Amino acid sequence: MSVPLTLLGLLERGPSHGYDLKRDYDAYFGQGRPLRYSQVYATLSRLARDGKAVAGPVEQGAGPERRRYIITDEGVADVEKWLAEPAPPEPDLQSELFAKVVLALILGKHAGNYLDVQRAAHLQRMRELTEFKRQGGTLDVLLADHALYRLEADLRWIDHTAARLDMIARTVQGQS
Amino acid sequence: MTGDHNAAGHRAPEHRAPRLSVTGHGHGASGRFIEAVDLSLSFGSTPALRGASLGVAKGEIVAVMGPSGSGKSTLLHCLAGILVPSAGEVHFNGMRLDRLSDDKRSALRRGRFGFVFQSGQLVPELTAEENVALPLLLSGMRRGPAMAAARTWFPTLGLDGLESRRSGELSGGQAQRVALARSLVAEPEVLFADEPTGALDSMSGELVMNLLVGAAREQGTTVVLVTHDARVAAYADREVVVRDGTVGTLTGAKP
Ligand SMILES: Nc1ncnc2c1ncn2[C@@H]1O[C@H](COP(=O)(O)OP(=O)(O)OP(=O)(O)O)[C@@H](O)[C@H]1O
Ligand SMILES: [Mg+2]
Repeated sequence: MSVPLTLLGLLERGPSHGYDLKRDYDAYFGQGRPLRYSQVYATLSRLARDGKAVAGPVEQGAGPERRRYIITDEGVADVEKWLAEPAPPEPDLQSELFAKVVLALILGKHAGNYLDVQRAAHLQRMRELTEFKRQGGTLDVLLADHALYRLEADLRWIDHTAARLDMIARTVQGQS
Repeated sequence: MTGDHNAAGHRAPEHRAPRLSVTGHGHGASGRFIEAVDLSLSFGSTPALRGASLGVAKGEIVAVMGPSGSGKSTLLHCLAGILVPSAGEVHFNGMRLDRLSDDKRSALRRGRFGFVFQSGQLVPELTAEENVALPLLLSGMRRGPAMAAARTWFPTLGLDGLESRRSGELSGGQAQRVALARSLVAEPEVLFADEPTGALDSMSGELVMNLLVGAAREQGTTVVLVTHDARVAAYADREVVVRDGTVGTLTGAKP
């Protein structure tokens, strides 16, 4: 996920101070990992340098934060383009799950045990997210659903792999 | 469910469960509300259960997962007293369910259990609301109050206005929700659900699960839920996985 383009997108709502951008970013997208101020200001100056935004005039009495940033036409175009283009549908083949299964098989270990505990861990997380959904607001549900569908995809891969483990083991060991 | 399952179950069991004495009352051998010990059952020469054990506490919601053909439905049917295992023991609330006469088991099913299956469970001659009211009518409630109780389920299930449709006039998903209402209307002590969301899209599946879990928690209903859908299983307190006719416990309490 692109922090600069997301901040730029928030800026499209209207001229904003870095502080407000950070607050809104954290509220919508932070998921427990808030942006640092230094990161926000560094990003805003880069956006200004690249002509995606301009810094407004220094304001009197505006607290420590002296200026607002304003998105440029070029910035608006970037946001529009970014929102319209699909994210790369990465199969994420180098994931830890994949690595652990293959390594276990290469080493002649029983990958089934690992898949079982991974499966249990995934379901435990899915239970937490489901409970969170049952209590949360609309955006919480949206976010939790995304995580749930991804975990579900992992789980299907886990089940599919578990069902073919012997066959995969033969292939992997034949290769090493 | 066919009627020949008992005959099919009379095969030489592979191993006998240890004899457990029935404890006083309230719970099974280990104190669980429902306790299946070392169940075996074959259909002809196909072994469906091979020493399957599962304990369920009162008020617990347990998801039963596992590959197709692993024995999930057979296990559910044994727990619910629909099938009798050829070996092993099924305890319900301190009773040996597998030792009860057919009549007593049917009475138990009617009086204390609720069922929801994947499809084809509504009585086609009855309207949707009559279907929902059926368990109440069978238990002797008068028609007026039974129908009134049945009707309260329709708005919550997004079925407003469909009360007098017959099952042939409902979509698969609508019929499934009617069946869910019917399974819960009499506030059963145990709800047995076999792929209750199998025919539903993700939105109605979610609606059904929220309702099922909400009602179960409110009523203190114990739920045994067979599903291959992890998102559905995530509504349960814990899951067990059935493989080749045995139960492997992965999370939550010990068996
Ligand atoms: N009435 C029956 N007659 C003969 N064989 C049966 C019968 N019911 C089930 N079986 C067999 O018993 C085994 C277990 O079946 P069961 O229906 O319990 O599986 P399951 O885990 O519920 O599968 P699914 O996920 O496909 O519903 C399978 O091999 C199945 O073919
Ligand atoms: Mg089944």
